[in-house]
Amino acid sequence: MIEIENVRKSFGALEVLKGIDLTVAKGEVLTVIGGSGSGKSTLLTCINGLEPIDQGRILVDGTEVHAKSTNLNQLRRRIGIVFQQYNAFPHLTVLENVMLAQRKVLGRPKAEAEAEAVRQLNHVGLGDKLKVYPSRLSGGQQQRMAIARALAMSPDYMLFDEVTSALDPQLVGEVLDTLRLLASEGMTMICVTHEMKFAREVSDRVAFFHQGVMAEIAPPAQLFEAPQNADLRKFLAATH
Amino acid sequence: MFFDTALSTNDLIFLARGAGMTLIVTAISVFFGTVMGIVFGVFRYQVGPWWAAPLTFVLDIFRSIPLLIQLVLANAFVTTVLGWRVSGFTVACGVLSLYTAAYCAEIVRGGIEAVPPTLRRAARSLGMSWGQDMTSVVMPLAARIALPSWIGLALGVMKDSALVYVVQVVELLKSAQILITRLQEPLFLLIVCGSFYFLISFPIARFGGYLERKWSRD
Repeated sequence: MIEIENVRKSFGALEVLKGIDLTVAKGEVLTVIGGSGSGKSTLLTCINGLEPIDQGRILVDGTEVHAKSTNLNQLRRRIGIVFQQYNAFPHLTVLENVMLAQRKVLGRPKAEAEAEAVRQLNHVGLGDKLKVYPSRLSGGQQQRMAIARALAMSPDYMLFDEVTSALDPQLVGEVLDTLRLLASEGMTMICVTHEMKFAREVSDRVAFFHQGVMAEIAPPAQLFEAPQNADLRKFLAATH
Repeated sequence: MFFDTALSTNDLIFLARGAGMTLIVTAISVFFGTVMGIVFGVFRYQVGPWWAAPLTFVLDIFRSIPLLIQLVLANAFVTTVLGWRVSGFTVACGVLSLYTAAYCAEIVRGGIEAVPPTLRRAARSLGMSWGQDMTSVVMPLAARIALPSWIGLALGVMKDSALVYVVQVVELLKSAQILITRLQEPLFLLIVCGSFYFLISFPIARFGGYLERKWSRD
C-alpha cells in the first residue's frame, strides 16, 4: 500500500504539490491526469525518493520514503518507475540493459538474471531483440525495454510517468498494450498519462491534478461521465 | 647522404634505449595521471565548482606553467629544499603525472557532464547506488565521449616528455642530440629520431581509432 499524507513540495518559489493526500491499495490501478505543471509527475518521483519533499510523508508498505533511516536503494527495488524518456543504457544490449540492475542490485547470478531478462523481454514482445543495441530500436521498443527492465526487478509497484508522451502516435498503442497486460495481471500501478481512453479502460480510480492540488478522484465512469470539479470539466472539454 | 652516414648499429641501439625511456616515462605518467585525473575529475563534478575551487586552482597551475619550468623548479624543490635523494627519473614521472592529471581531470569532468542526467536517474531508480551508477553507466559512457581527447592527451604527453632531459633523464630526443653533437649529422639524426616518435605514437593513435569504431557500433 502506498500512503501519501499531506505532501507539499516546492521548486524554489513555485509550489508544485500543495498538500496531497492519497492512498493506493495493493493491486489497484490508479491513473493521474491533468495539465502540464499540475504536479502529477513530481508526485511519482517523490514516491520513490528521487525528489525530496518539504512537508508531509509518503509510506510504502509502512516504510517512510523520506525518513533519514530509510535505505532508498533497497526501497527502490520494490518500486519500478518508467519515464517519458526511454533511458536505455546505450552501451549495453537489450538483454544487458535488463540484466544490469538484477546483477548489481539484487546480486542475482548471471544465468538467473539472464533467464529473468529473457522472460520479461518476451513478455513485452522483444524476445527477438536480445542482442541488439538500443540505438537500433524504435521509440516504442525502447520504452517496452524500459518496462521490462523495471519489471525484471520483481517490483511490488510500478510507476509510469507519461510513458507514451515522447512516442510517435503509431507507436503509442504497443506500449499501452503492455501496460494493459500488466494491469490485467494484477500489478499495482500509478500511471501519469494524457491518454484518456486508456485511463478510462484500465483504471480502478482516476485522479485529476490541477495546480498542485488533487482536485478530484473517482472511478473512471464517474470521473469522466459526471465530473464535479469545474477545472476538470474544462480540462476534459479541452482534451476531447 | 642517407647511405653515407657515420651512424653505427651501436648508435641506433643508443637511440632505441632513448625511445624506451620516452616510452617508460610516458607510460608511467599517463597511467598515474589518468588515475589521478579520474579521481580529480569525479571530485570536481561531484562537489560542484565552489568546493572544488582549491583543487581547480592547483590543477590550473599545472596546466598554465610551461612544463620545462615545472620540471626545473620541482627538481630544485625536492632535492634542495626538501633534501630528498630522488632520481631525475622520479621527479620527471612525478611532474609529468601531475601535468597529465590536470588535463585529464577536465576531460573526465566533461565526459561525465555529457552523460544525460535522465539516464542516471533511471539507473538510480532501479535501486543502483551512486557507485554502481558511476561504474556501470556513467564511466563507460563518459569513456566513449572522452576517448578522442584522452588519446590526444597521451600523444601530447609523449612528445612533451622530451623536456625531461632538464632533470638528467636521457630520453629519445636527448639521445639524438648527443649523437648530433658527436656525428654532426643533425638532419639525418632528427629524421631517425622523428621516425622513432612516429613508431611509438602510431599504434596509440590507431588503437584509439579502433576503440572508437568498436564503441560506435553500439
